[in-house]
Amino acid sequence: MRCGDFRTTYAADAAIFETPISRWATVGFLVALAAVPAVASTYWLDVLNRVAIASIAAVGLNILTGFTGQISLGNAAFLAVGAYATAAMAGSAGLPFVATIPLAGALTALVGMVFGVPSLRLKGLYLAMATLAAHFIVEFVANHWDSVTGGVNWISVPAARLGPLALDTDAKLFYLVVPLAAFLALFAKNLFRTRVGKAFVAIRDQDISAEVIGVRVFRYKLLSFGVSSFYVGVAGALVAYQARIISPENFPITLAIDQLGMIIIGGLGSVQGSIFGAAFITLLPEVLRLATGELSAQFPGLTDLFAPLRTGLFGLVIVLFLVFEPDGLAARWRLIKAYWKLYPFSY
Amino acid sequence: MFFAQLVMNGLVVGSIYALVALGFVVIYKASSVLNFAQGEFLMLGAYVCLAILDAGRVPFAAAFLLTLAFSVALGIFLERVVLRPMIGEPVISVIMVTLGLSAILKAVVQCVWGTDTRPFPQVFPSEPVHFGPFPVSQGYLWSVACVSVLLILFTIFFKYTREGIAMRAVAFSQQTALSMGISVKRMFALTWSIAAVVSAVGGVLLGAVRGSVDGSLAFFGLKVVPVAILGGLDSVLGAIVGGLTIGVLENLSGGYLDPVFGGGVKEVAPFVVLVLILMVKPYGLFGKVKIERV
Repeated sequence: MRCGDFRTTYAADAAIFETPISRWATVGFLVALAAVPAVASTYWLDVLNRVAIASIAAVGLNILTGFTGQISLGNAAFLAVGAYATAAMAGSAGLPFVATIPLAGALTALVGMVFGVPSLRLKGLYLAMATLAAHFIVEFVANHWDSVTGGVNWISVPAARLGPLALDTDAKLFYLVVPLAAFLALFAKNLFRTRVGKAFVAIRDQDISAEVIGVRVFRYKLLSFGVSSFYVGVAGALVAYQARIISPENFPITLAIDQLGMIIIGGLGSVQGSIFGAAFITLLPEVLRLATGELSAQFPGLTDLFAPLRTGLFGLVIVLFLVFEPDGLAARWRLIKAYWKLYPFSY
Repeated sequence: MFFAQLVMNGLVVGSIYALVALGFVVIYKASSVLNFAQGEFLMLGAYVCLAILDAGRVPFAAAFLLTLAFSVALGIFLERVVLRPMIGEPVISVIMVTLGLSAILKAVVQCVWGTDTRPFPQVFPSEPVHFGPFPVSQGYLWSVACVSVLLILFTIFFKYTREGIAMRAVAFSQQTALSMGISVKRMFALTWSIAAVVSAVGGVLLGAVRGSVDGSLAFFGLKVVPVAILGGLDSVLGAIVGGLTIGVLENLSGGYLDPVFGGGVKEVAPFVVLVLILMVKPYGLFGKVKIERV
């Protein structure tokens, strides 16, 4: 019986899946997901798509904040860059999604790296402020660059298309969004088995020590901003394809806070945790909506209170998690797995 | 003429910024926490004062004092329940906990008082005072006076009083402070109540100056963050200079550039300048430069 982690080879230590069971469970989960559009309603498909898109953005933010230790409040802005880039490329230029999504990611990566330049000198709270500045600058540009962004008004985005194929329903979009999310999550997992990923983690743990052992801190910080923003830009492109109408109001500062909440609740420095957190934060208002719908018969005023309740619940969940479970859902998941591994002799 | 008027307006608005920035600085000085819920403290202060005024026929001064008492209690409560478990956690967790707190406070205010704009009773006479050719409303003058008094009090507090020195000791090193017999917990509670009080004063002043109270007061917190950062997070002097600078800057850029860009420059200009200044002075204008050792 296994009663601990006994890794005898470097390959075992670097493995993505620790046991064959977890690998097959993941594959099985993805296969089961593929069957979902056949049974789920449009509403739940829409929610699932949003969960998958949020996961991509959260994995991106986690690469920057959880793995490299650079706090970013600019995620909503980067999402906006990805979304507006997609709107411009898919709209007037009429490019197919296989071109727009990577291009939107690349453009956002570029913008992210520009706003990452202050990290040359700034750390911690001061850097967080510089990214907050990025948010307001991007918001200003989105509001004023009328010819591209439509200004304060909305701009419509055509359905994602590739030749004759148009992904115009939630079910069709599902088959684009979910595999992409799975692929990007796997890519992130692999990133942290490489030299680059380990350099990121070294910078997070102690940047001066990292420099001493030969990591070029500024270069890798910029790279981290780039990779992270690429993910967020891809998520932004998908947001544009899903919402089909975007305006600056779609990307408020509270969205950036939501995303930080996802990685905090999921677990900083965990790819799996980012996905858990994205699902948790996206599902929270949906569950609340169902609950207020059920209870509105007894308490008629409840539906009016939905917006503040949602805000308050979000804040409460964040505070409770930070106080009682600072390592997030990923750590809890590990504990649960460890418990069942040794069942019934766990202690 | 136009220029002078803009500078004048900037200075009075900047004094309120300085006041709220002081709340950030006090908390940061003692516990190295940047409190993103500061704007909500401000909003809550304004609403509580309004509620007391509405509930009974109490004079404004009494309502104001009751609001301050409430803020002290709020600060102590939040420190005990939310912030104390965060001691020793990474920066990102502490930022997130204050962001979560701000969401909760916002929700509480919306649930209790709704989202409508509520009129604030007139406290200051509406007749403006003339400084040479410039009319300045009395509310703003009061706020400048309030801010000046508070800033002087705080400078004295941090320099000469037992508690103030203890607070600085805690900021310097919690462990050393503990071994010198300073109660770190008591200092933290004190800091948070001071920050809540300062914000409540700011909230009431803003409510009185604007003549109305609504949810947009909370955005003030976010607006003041660049002020605190610009001056340097651990400098009282920095809060004043930063507040006045940003106030003037905002008004000048709004006055001259808004017609060119069609609005919105006022909101973004402080952030652009902030980033540029931080690139030259990474710890703000007056912040203490941290020397890192491995």
